[in-house]
Amino acid sequence: MQRREILRFCAGSAAAGMLVWASLPTPAGAVDFSGKRIEIIVPASEGGGTDVWVRFWQPYMQKYLPGNPTVVVRNMPGGGQTIGAHWFMDNMKTDGTNAIATTGSTQFPYLLGDPRVRYEYKEWKAVLATPVGGATYASPELGLKSAADVKTLQGKTLQYGSQGPTSLDLLPVYAYELLGIDIKPIFGMKGRADGRLAFERGELKIDYQTTPGFLRNVTPLVEAGKAVPLFSWGMLDENGGMIRDPAFPDLPHYLAVYEQVHGKPLSGIDLDVYMAFFTAGFAAQKLLNFDKDTPPEILDAWTDALRKAQADPEFQAKKTVALGPYSQAIGANAEKMKVIATTLAPEARDHVQKWLKDRFDVTLKK
Amino acid sequence: MIEALISAFVGILSGGHLLYLLMGILLGIAVGIFPGLGGTAGMSLLLPFVYGMDPVSALAMMVGLLAVISTADTFTSVMMGVPGSAGAQATVVDGFPLAKKGQAARALSAAFSASLIGGLVGAIVLSGFVVIARPIVLAFGSAELFMLAMLGLSMVGVLSGTSMAKGMAGCGLGLLIGALGPAPATGEYRLNFGLDYLMDSLPIVVVALGIFAVPEIVDLVRKKEAIARTTALGHGWLQGLKDTLRYRWIVLRCSGLGCLIGAIPGLGGSVVDWIAYGHIVQTSRDRENFGKGDIRGVIAPESANNAKEGGALVPTLLFGIPGSGGTAVFLGGLILIGVQPGIRMIETQLDLVYTVIWSLALANIIGAGICVLIARPVAKITEIRYVYLAPFMIMIIFFAAFQSTRLWGDMMTMFALGVLATYMKRFGWPRPPLLIGYVLSGGAETYLYQAVQFYGWNWSERPLAIVMAVLIAVSVYFGLKFQRQEARAARDRIASSGIAPQIAFALLIAAVGLYAIYDTWYINMLGRVMPQGAAVATVVFSCVIALGLALKGSDSRIVYDEEAVFERRQETAASLEHYLLWIAGLLIGTAIFGFVVAVTGFFLLFLRIKAQAPWPRVLLLTACAVGFLAAMSWLLVLYFPTGILQRTFALPWPLG
Repeated sequence: MQRREILRFCAGSAAAGMLVWASLPTPAGAVDFSGKRIEIIVPASEGGGTDVWVRFWQPYMQKYLPGNPTVVVRNMPGGGQTIGAHWFMDNMKTDGTNAIATTGSTQFPYLLGDPRVRYEYKEWKAVLATPVGGATYASPELGLKSAADVKTLQGKTLQYGSQGPTSLDLLPVYAYELLGIDIKPIFGMKGRADGRLAFERGELKIDYQTTPGFLRNVTPLVEAGKAVPLFSWGMLDENGGMIRDPAFPDLPHYLAVYEQVHGKPLSGIDLDVYMAFFTAGFAAQKLLNFDKDTPPEILDAWTDALRKAQADPEFQAKKTVALGPYSQAIGANAEKMKVIATTLAPEARDHVQKWLKDRFDVTLKK
Repeated sequence: MIEALISAFVGILSGGHLLYLLMGILLGIAVGIFPGLGGTAGMSLLLPFVYGMDPVSALAMMVGLLAVISTADTFTSVMMGVPGSAGAQATVVDGFPLAKKGQAARALSAAFSASLIGGLVGAIVLSGFVVIARPIVLAFGSAELFMLAMLGLSMVGVLSGTSMAKGMAGCGLGLLIGALGPAPATGEYRLNFGLDYLMDSLPIVVVALGIFAVPEIVDLVRKKEAIARTTALGHGWLQGLKDTLRYRWIVLRCSGLGCLIGAIPGLGGSVVDWIAYGHIVQTSRDRENFGKGDIRGVIAPESANNAKEGGALVPTLLFGIPGSGGTAVFLGGLILIGVQPGIRMIETQLDLVYTVIWSLALANIIGAGICVLIARPVAKITEIRYVYLAPFMIMIIFFAAFQSTRLWGDMMTMFALGVLATYMKRFGWPRPPLLIGYVLSGGAETYLYQAVQFYGWNWSERPLAIVMAVLIAVSVYFGLKFQRQEARAARDRIASSGIAPQIAFALLIAAVGLYAIYDTWYINMLGRVMPQGAAVATVVFSCVIALGLALKGSDSRIVYDEEAVFERRQETAASLEHYLLWIAGLLIGTAIFGFVVAVTGFFLLFLRIKAQAPWPRVLLLTACAVGFLAAMSWLLVLYFPTGILQRTFALPWPLG
């Protein structure tokens, strides 16, 4: 669909506009976005994690994309991120001028076969994948000193602050249960910060935070002796293998803790479930996607620009606060991450759906 | 600490920082005046510019904006009866009647001076509190937050006006509206009719504008006169200032209240003004004038909602948890400028914390000053014949509502709630209880569920919860004691159409409650307890009203029909439905032609037919309105609703 669209460019308080014919993709080899406006759909609210992520990249995209286009963010929150994703699906272009930033919250409903989801995530083309880690910590009242004591939690009933059965908190609940802990989720948390606040109040004894939240707010608790760090969710290396999270080099990752608790490594369908939701929720938590029909040279132009952006010294200096200490997967690597994050074997999906039904009376299939 | 305080003050005065503060303030005032846009929208506009700025300038700009919105939003609350942002609802209740009496100037000046003091109190409390606030914030767990929500609900008594039953039924309906969307305990959707839009709770701006703005606009345009019946704005400026000084204890008390409630994360700032308002009605001896233009009804919520911003920054800076909608975006802004909110910030970057505090204090002073300066010309608007203002107001509230989620549902929902509220107003159903119910619904449900999960039913034995239970008991007692009696002749309370419409409306509300019970019948117990409880209350009280009306007839105290008064005063006037249809026309037009085309058509027709303006004036005003809309949308990067036309043909901006 061809569409006239207007550019609205706001820099400082000055505004200028011009009319642009957003026509067929530029011929191969000469991708040029000059004078164009690139719109990135963020299916979440302003100021949230995904929004900040895009806005952090935004100036570097403008700087390094050929023709220095204006990049704007369009926030479309609602429906557990499905509203923005559907809007993108209905309005996407193939010329590289609109993209969608997705997160674990967009990926989980897709993986679970949520009936609300109409978007074909798998077909989109990812050019950027940003990982985020997370680590579990517990109250000293439980008597734990480190991950080595996790075995003592077996059979104990612990409450966990969750944002909902099918939210990103699916993974922790599932993973803690695999360790033999009797987890009783308390739903209705508005975000991870709510769980941390409940932990600080003494209402919860176990919780996890994503890397930025952990470093900012849990590390001071650890130093004050009010929290014991246990283990991280891990991180994927370039070949998709599980390694320790570089943000938590002193903590073992979950799979190692599982092996230590049970005396054998995690395997079978439970491993499939863990890997799929871990990748979708953490290792490839944030993705920048384009329409499936976007020509390769345009995706290459984006890949190239993002690589240059990542090499920018200013980017390197500032990135830890917003992105954590992780390296960004760009181009083919990002696409590889996306494939893992959006793939779940049918029997593993059935397994999780059954678990959700038995445990929380949640029915996803209609 | 003192050293950090002083160096932060010097820092903010040096370089261009003051300039950025001023920019934030000016944008904040613009956003505040614009009905429906508040802290969240304002902060979102700043985000694109924040990145790459030095932290002090960026903080000054963001805090400048946050600080003045609840000062500037008073303009439309007082002058038009339309809340300027979600935090300015309670100001409408007494502020607007004052404007109608021709005392807009007095109300505004009292509001601004109370805001100024409230804001300064907020800044002072923040500066001392921020170092020691952690245990206080942590003392409010789920049990205490639930009790806080109950305390808010207990204000319904004093806000019910002449009929407690109507207040309770309205509150039940509000709780029900607030329960739309996913259940906090189970994630099940309630009352969503299979619509994507209703998968989330309704946005507060949409509800507030629907409940307060639409009925006011319809009412005023029917009366065919200016808002201020006497054209003299009065010498109210000094009077308003004197009022604030006279009620200085109210100002200080409500400022403290605003700070405290703002500092407790979980309930959001939107209930602060109602609690302050309810509190002041309960503790006043002479209450006859509340709701009819009592200046204390303006001073209390204004001092509280401005103090709230200082309070809301406490959890934001200490815990990285936003205390209000605006601070949620502010949090994102902090990360973009490389500042890590949290306890570390207090320990290692105390100077930045004090930069925030100084910005807050300075912005309150400068912001209140600017508001006073522009108040005189702005207040003149109330002298314009309303039929000329109406199309502007309708355009603005629909545009603002649409910015909530940029979905069609925003406009449809606001209109639907507007129709409901128009009839509530006609039949004397007080609207504040509905708003309070809606605002507190989610918090009450979530925190009760969580408290029971965390503590079992022993949660009510926690000391702070007991203290709050006592406060609630006191509040309910005062609420019951406070029943406004209004002696009115029966001919003023029953319109020519008889008593039947009043009964029909009560039965309709009961039917809505019954439907909600039916709709939520098959979901889990935890997911349906709240909506069904609210629905039962709605049904019971609506039936009480309907029965009372049917049995006692014109003797009943609950008999009320504004049409009766209207009919007696006005010889000829188009019906309420007539104007609701005009608004519906704009919606239908938007669905087909998109907002810009539809608004142009609406202006041309409305000004020509309803205002009977000469063509040159019609064209000029239409051009002004559409130009203003286009400029706003351009400068602030806001989108217009599109229609079938835009989906079929590609059109250039602003049409497409």
